[in-house]
Amino acid sequence: MTPTVTRPSLDQIRSWLAEVPDPEVPAVSVMDLGIVRDVQWQDDELVVAITPTYSGCPATSVIALDVEMALRARGIDRLKVERRLSPPWTTDWITEDGRRKLEAYGIAPPAGKAQSPSPFDRFLRSTPPVIKCPRCGSDKTFRVSEFGSTPCKAQYQCRDCLEPFDYFKCI
Amino acid sequence: MNEQEALFEYLLRLGDNALILGHRLSEWCGHAPALEEDLALSNVALDLIGQTQLWLNLAGTVEGKGRDADKLAYLRDARDFRNVLLVEQPNGDFAVTMARQLYFDAWHYLLLQGLMSSKDSRVAEIAAKSLKEVTYHLERSREWVLRLGDGTEESHRRMQDALDDLWMYTGELFESDAVDQEMARAGIGPDVSTLHEPWLGLMRATAQEATLTLPQPGWAQRGGKQGIHSEHLGYILADLQFLQRAYPNATW
Repeated sequence: MTPTVTRPSLDQIRSWLAEVPDPEVPAVSVMDLGIVRDVQWQDDELVVAITPTYSGCPATSVIALDVEMALRARGIDRLKVERRLSPPWTTDWITEDGRRKLEAYGIAPPAGKAQSPSPFDRFLRSTPPVIKCPRCGSDKTFRVSEFGSTPCKAQYQCRDCLEPFDYFKCI
Repeated sequence: MNEQEALFEYLLRLGDNALILGHRLSEWCGHAPALEEDLALSNVALDLIGQTQLWLNLAGTVEGKGRDADKLAYLRDARDFRNVLLVEQPNGDFAVTMARQLYFDAWHYLLLQGLMSSKDSRVAEIAAKSLKEVTYHLERSREWVLRLGDGTEESHRRMQDALDDLWMYTGELFESDAVDQEMARAGIGPDVSTLHEPWLGLMRATAQEATLTLPQPGWAQRGGKQGIHSEHLGYILADLQFLQRAYPNATW
């Protein structure tokens, strides 16, 4: 007797992927960050499209591997993980739930909506956005450096509670 | 030169600019004036190396001889590199690194913006991805030039010297040769000469705000795009390519 092959539903697969943490920001999942762009069955092969956050982000290949391992552990044998570049990833794709999880973890979520491409003259009047301290909620914060521990973050500090914290850059 | 050959050359230029500048910036890792700068310079380098992979892998596909980004990066000699001379110039002091970055970032931004409407969708996709990163690079290098120019007497002097010393390498960025012309004709890339005015506009405004003097357009060093490099590139490649040359096909 041959076992019956059943294809798990796409909703089921998405819920499994929602348990795969981002390797560098494990408080959020690859679904929360909007890295998984598409999940679909092509005949009996599952195709998952993922997109890099930053083009040089070393986590991208780890994410592809984590996605593959998570789905294989659920019994999906015929699987292809594709890398998709376009449209380019934007922080606008981070879910509301993902933003809450980031803040609870101590990382200020992206402020506002991404603008790309920007008009060239914006460079003459750029001011860093006001970022709320994820610890005490104060908006009296300042930027320490444009970059933090990963390409996707900048370093800030709170003037009220003095907490140094990461800000997830808006791109 | 047919369109495909020109496209291969053009993609090498895009990839090599990102690769060589990314390597230069990575030389600061562990040496930057502050920990935050160490992180920032390495992160900009990381973005550029990521862009290098995209451009050079596409170059290898277009060439069709089985070379990927690694083979193109590690197994070509200086004469076959197509980066502009500006990006191979030594790091110097922090002001030199930031002047080089400002000159390059502003040009890079305008070029990528033009490439976003490329008729070749593969080129347009990479440009759209890269532009997001480069926007951030340009904001940062501009802020540093303002801070150093309008800072102490010494930082002002060093920033002015850096703008002056690197100026002669900026002319090449806007000179259109047969490859550029073929790409513009085919609708793949913008006419680089049209980028000069907006670039100058931002440079003038930035210099003025930083209490610096932008040098006058004058004689330009050229040749990088055609593979004629300064003596610095050979040393970069000796460092960059050592492992693959000493241990061919090594992987980890």
